Amino acid sequence: MNNSVALELKNITKTFGKVVANNNVNLTLKKGEILSILGENGSGKTTLMNMISGIYYPDEGQIFIDGKEVVISSPEDAFKYKIGMIHQHFKLVDVFTAAENIVLGINEKFNLKKVNSRVEEIASKYGFEIDAKKYIYNMAVSEKQTVEIIKVLYRGADILILDEPTAVLTPQETKKLFDVLRKMREDGKSIIIITHKLNEVMEISDRVAILRKGEYVDTVETSNTNEKQLTEMMVGKKIDLKIERTETDFDKPLLELRNLNIKGDDGSKKIEDVSFYIRGGEILGVAGIAGCGQKELCEAIAGLRKIESGAICHKGESIVGLPAKQIIEKGISMSFIPEDRLGMGLAPNFSITDNMMLKTYNNNKGIFVDRKTARKNAEELIKKLEIVTPSTETPVRRLSGGNVQKVLVGREIESSPNVIVTAYPVRGLDINSSYAIYNILNDQKANGTGILFIGEDLDVMLALCDKIMVLCHGKNMGIVHAKKTNKEELGLMMTGSLDLSEIKNKEYGKAKDSNLTEEEWQQEHLKNENMGDNDND
Amino acid sequence: MLAVLVSAIRFMPFFLFGCTGEIITEKSGHLNLGIPGIICAGGAGGSLGVTLYMKALNGATPNYVLLILIAVVSAFIVASLMGAIYAFLTVSLKCNQNITGLALTTFSTGLTQFIMKNFVEIGLISTASTLFKYSLPFASSLGWFGEIFLSHGILVYLAIAIAIVTAVILKNTKVGLRLRAVGENPAAADAVGIKVDQYKYTAILLGSGIAGLAGCFFILDYIQGGYDSYYIMESLGWLSIALVIFTLWKPNLAIFGSILFGALYILPNTNIVAAITAQTAIKKAIELIPYVVTILVLLGISITGSKKAQPPASLGVNYFREER
Repeated sequence: MNNSVALELKNITKTFGKVVANNNVNLTLKKGEILSILGENGSGKTTLMNMISGIYYPDEGQIFIDGKEVVISSPEDAFKYKIGMIHQHFKLVDVFTAAENIVLGINEKFNLKKVNSRVEEIASKYGFEIDAKKYIYNMAVSEKQTVEIIKVLYRGADILILDEPTAVLTPQETKKLFDVLRKMREDGKSIIIITHKLNEVMEISDRVAILRKGEYVDTVETSNTNEKQLTEMMVGKKIDLKIERTETDFDKPLLELRNLNIKGDDGSKKIEDVSFYIRGGEILGVAGIAGCGQKELCEAIAGLRKIESGAICHKGESIVGLPAKQIIEKGISMSFIPEDRLGMGLAPNFSITDNMMLKTYNNNKGIFVDRKTARKNAEELIKKLEIVTPSTETPVRRLSGGNVQKVLVGREIESSPNVIVTAYPVRGLDINSSYAIYNILNDQKANGTGILFIGEDLDVMLALCDKIMVLCHGKNMGIVHAKKTNKEELGLMMTGSLDLSEIKNKEYGKAKDSNLTEEEWQQEHLKNENMGDNDND
Repeated sequence: MLAVLVSAIRFMPFFLFGCTGEIITEKSGHLNLGIPGIICAGGAGGSLGVTLYMKALNGATPNYVLLILIAVVSAFIVASLMGAIYAFLTVSLKCNQNITGLALTTFSTGLTQFIMKNFVEIGLISTASTLFKYSLPFASSLGWFGEIFLSHGILVYLAIAIAIVTAVILKNTKVGLRLRAVGENPAAADAVGIKVDQYKYTAILLGSGIAGLAGCFFILDYIQGGYDSYYIMESLGWLSIALVIFTLWKPNLAIFGSILFGALYILPNTNIVAAITAQTAIKKAIELIPYVVTILVLLGISITGSKKAQPPASLGVNYFREER
């Protein structure tokens, strides 16, 4: 391996207002290596990378490329120095084709034939699959990522920065991406990869740089370290990496869903003939690529979305067609953490106290709201979940993403529900906060609450959940015991290559000790069918 | 029928200038609701330029080329200045686009009244406007072909030329691709090194300038300086914005769209309608058709969900690079 340095950062500092995002950070990237950058949320990884790619400009410090000091004040400059960044949220124009996105902004004659042949050349060199004439809006997430990577390679990038590239991929797609990255390394490219997943760090990188709260900690050789040591460096203290699975005796089914069909906003089928049930004291995980009907499922259970057909029963009583408020009163809580984290469940301009009140104001007597109790609850929540905030009255919009999430999940649990539906509760949270959330869920489970846990990280789901249901394009691919399955199997189910529900009988996903008899279920189905018909009239 | 078509084409530049200008602006991601006001300002600017020129001539015969040039350039400049206010507020200061646009329309219409009443001499622009109507002398000898295609003033052809050039630039050039990228996803454009603000400013100023020619056409060509009827420009200006939706953000389609809107505008006052009814209510109802048609088109876009017929994805949303 060539050991000369491709990129060096010296004493980089960047502040946003009063927040110091990076403080005196040093970093070296050797030629032909894969360097992982590891750090909790808010440790300044993305900020640092954005300074290399010209999106931000550092307040202090120097950047060296091939030993020469350079100034990178715009993305154009970054391209000039052959630096290309693949952003976490893809920067692609949806209504353009792959080829149009790839050549956008380049100063050369727009000749589609030439572009296509060069794209194919790059693709075959590194083992990508791509159709240059396809429109971005017709592409799956992994295809979009391919376009992003080819876009920077097309510009001749020698230094590639990938910001959490695997967050949206299945294990199989991740493997493919890693193969591509290794080929690039062989080709002499230098690669920086940001990821939260320690096993991936160990698998792909040559060296690991660790950041903590905006400060540079150290860079270590991957071969000389292990996951435990890395975590300690990242968090700054010893923590136990194991997620406990609280063992409980399962009760009767609490929430039962049968032959559910749900349509999405665009009228397409989002959930197709899905049946499953949750028992008290059970955590049922839902795995699947983003956008496979998870959101629609959550909304249907919470009464925010109409179902096309099927039945949803809580303790033997149908909740189909009930208003959201009554469903909450039955003890079913739903929290969905969307990608932007602020989109659902919280009012960004409201304070923590006000947001707490959004769910409880109805319990107040009279026309005035009870702010005192809400504030007390907010204070307790802040203490319990270690929420970092100036006060209970700060608008949640001003809190960091992880803290916003703690407020949302905390509020949902505060109402002591008997069914918790939670989607991506640890999305983007750092290790400490994630474990705080897992502990809360386990506590609730021990109390006999049934939990539907819609997650992204298969490792976490395997450790935390009792059973895992896999959705692929809205279809139930099977429900497996977490102890008896592995990531590979789940990954195959997520992409639809393995369908366990087919080999079993029709009764798949239906509890034997159901709260309702078969006739009662039939009636439920008929009732809900008719309801749908009435809507069409 | 022929008469309706010819009159529709005669009025078409008003919609086409306004519509093309708004399309260019919207392609950069900015919804400029100041366009009706900017059209008025363009009219005032053109009138002012012509008044000054005629005064300088002191009774001598005006030069055709020079007169048209002065009118067009002064209308363009004044309208662009109005566009610059909008651009500065929305691009640089990130003000809300809708509020800024509406405020600009109110301001511009007032400014137009002020200029028209105090600095413009209607007599002079009436005299000058005969030249705007000047068409090829042999047009009338060519029958219907000549009437439809050759009998119009220069601004009709200028409007069509600008629309075609704009369509070609947007669709087939690098600059067009970049402008569309800015309006669709400015962050994506920024990440590949396109100067987003520069594109936005250029599009808004250029779009406003072109829209301003609509006012210039209306006062100097269509109503020939008719005193006090220029306030109609604002209400017609809103139709130009509706036309942008109607033609699905395509300047080449806008040529036909503006002929259609032109026809619908003049229809109530033609013999055809007069032969059917004399009731004003029905005439007024016919004037509503363009608005109804626009709503139907919006419905159509929404129902089909066609990705290609959508407005620019970040239309109306200002871009902050360092937003987190």
